[in-house]
Amino acid sequence: MSWLQKLLPPKIKRAESAARKSIPEGLWSKCPACEAVLYRSDLESNQSVCPKCGHHQRLRARARLDLLLDAEGRFEIGNEVVPVDPLKFKDSRRYTERLSAANDDTGEADAMVVMQGSILTVPVVVACFEFDFLGGSMGSVVGERFVRGAKAALEQRLPFICITATGGARMQEGLFSLMQMAKTTAAITQLAERKLPFLTILTDPTMGGVSASFAFMGDVVIAEPGALIGFAGPRVIEQTVRETLPGGFQRSEFLLEKGAIDMIVDRREMRSKVAELLTLLTRQPAIGV
Amino acid sequence: MKTTFLDFEQPIADLEEKIEKLRFVQDDSAVDISEEISRLEAKSESLTKDLYAKLTPWQIAQVARHPQRPYTLDYARHIFTDFQELHGDRAFADDKAIVGGLARFNGQSCIVIGHQKGRDTKEKILRNFGMPRPEGYRKALRLMRMAEKFGLPVFTFVDTPGAYPGIGAEERGQSEAIGRNLYVMAELKVPIIATVIGEGGSGGALAIAVGDQVMMLQYSTYAVISPEGCASILWKSAEKAPEAAETMGITAARLKSLGLIDRVINEPVGGAHRDHRAMSQSLKRALQDALRQVADLSPAELVEKRFERLMSYGRYKEQNAA
Repeated sequence: MSWLQKLLPPKIKRAESAARKSIPEGLWSKCPACEAVLYRSDLESNQSVCPKCGHHQRLRARARLDLLLDAEGRFEIGNEVVPVDPLKFKDSRRYTERLSAANDDTGEADAMVVMQGSILTVPVVVACFEFDFLGGSMGSVVGERFVRGAKAALEQRLPFICITATGGARMQEGLFSLMQMAKTTAAITQLAERKLPFLTILTDPTMGGVSASFAFMGDVVIAEPGALIGFAGPRVIEQTVRETLPGGFQRSEFLLEKGAIDMIVDRREMRSKVAELLTLLTRQPAIGV
Repeated sequence: MKTTFLDFEQPIADLEEKIEKLRFVQDDSAVDISEEISRLEAKSESLTKDLYAKLTPWQIAQVARHPQRPYTLDYARHIFTDFQELHGDRAFADDKAIVGGLARFNGQSCIVIGHQKGRDTKEKILRNFGMPRPEGYRKALRLMRMAEKFGLPVFTFVDTPGAYPGIGAEERGQSEAIGRNLYVMAELKVPIIATVIGEGGSGGALAIAVGDQVMMLQYSTYAVISPEGCASILWKSAEKAPEAAETMGITAARLKSLGLIDRVINEPVGGAHRDHRAMSQSLKRALQDALRQVADLSPAELVEKRFERLMSYGRYKEQNAA
């Protein structure tokens, strides 16, 4: 309790907290970074970037694809692939229960949505992680959908983009999930052979098995501002080295400084930036935007 | 070398202690007790056999981490000839948690790469407990490229708790280093034979374990996360590691039945640490077989087959798209 709060008569304090409670749920949203109270529709029209401090909030996969892709002519790839429970995995809950709960919460069958479409008329295939589905963890379905996306890009000679938002590998699928690292990364080698661009857009968070597979294999590696990106989680590192981590450690700006990524791009600029990079890579003329 | 016993081996340890005492007595005793000693030795052997016949996954994880287990450099000595260790990533440092170099396998030139743990405290620290930093993976990558250039097969030996989770490792791109190896191993134009000899700890293991043939020693483990790590995340308690080990499927036998590895290589009775020489011999035979499987393939066929293998990983079902 601060000295000011201590000075305030109890009545005023009560009034204040009552007022706070009366705000209708869902109309306002508080920025987790600067704590500014924002009108939700303002936030949404700003692509979930805080208009006050520029903090990029996490986005659902389909919302991201909506923002990145042109509205017309897009369709989903690989949604016929759905999860099974190969190990009959059970911790405090069964894996199958966790899957169906995640399905209820998100409406997704697994943690990845792949779509073919275009960005400012440049045709692309985009694979996007759904972080709200079991922490965007990569299991067999994520790996297979990614590969089907890459294959579609290969067959039609299109650029392939992956937007990551993930805690890493899916433990409940044991070694099957580890092998997805090798599988997804191998798929990228074929795109390279045909000189098709592969771009990665790393968003908050991109960790573990995804970070340590294809995430840094992009011809151009882009990150959103302030995203946590790394191999080991900050807590694990702190426990291992027994020291406090420096401020900004494993954030996009830190990675740019260390030479790990090509650029940090504001979400609101992403469409034009990606289209520009793709046309440059494929020796196409610039798009008049 | 005196065997270090694991907790679950206490009955064997007791028996061995008794044998040791009898031997001591025998030296200055008039009575011949050698018969009794050999009887007890036989008993110890059969006890070991019984105990090791029904190890739980968690116990196997203990054996895989046994401090006397043979490491990469032991196999380099016993299986290969003319091992010439090569050092450094040419950019930052020489990571001693990964060793590698040129060698001969049955007279044929090859590249050997493996994680390396330390035996005593000093060496453990030197080897960083077998946990590589990015420069270790980049050294491995350099050697793989060298193998490709000179048409040499690559033998990798996997034995790590995982890639090192440190500040410097992150700063120098641990993720990129591992990812790069996965990428290059997927398209390397020479045979890669990978064997898990101890702990196959997650991405840090996989970064040298993408191969045309992937094998595991009988009491080695291979997992996406350590049983302790899995337990502390999913059960919120590292005490549940035995359960996690059971359910994750980390043992050679389980992974073979799941189709994730090609072969399980049997270990001497009581584990590889009891007989380095015997272990090396059977590992050598397995490596010979594995190499023979891929020796006749052209570089293009090799890469194509490896690609197909990688694409086949995963279990899912397909339903009609809604």
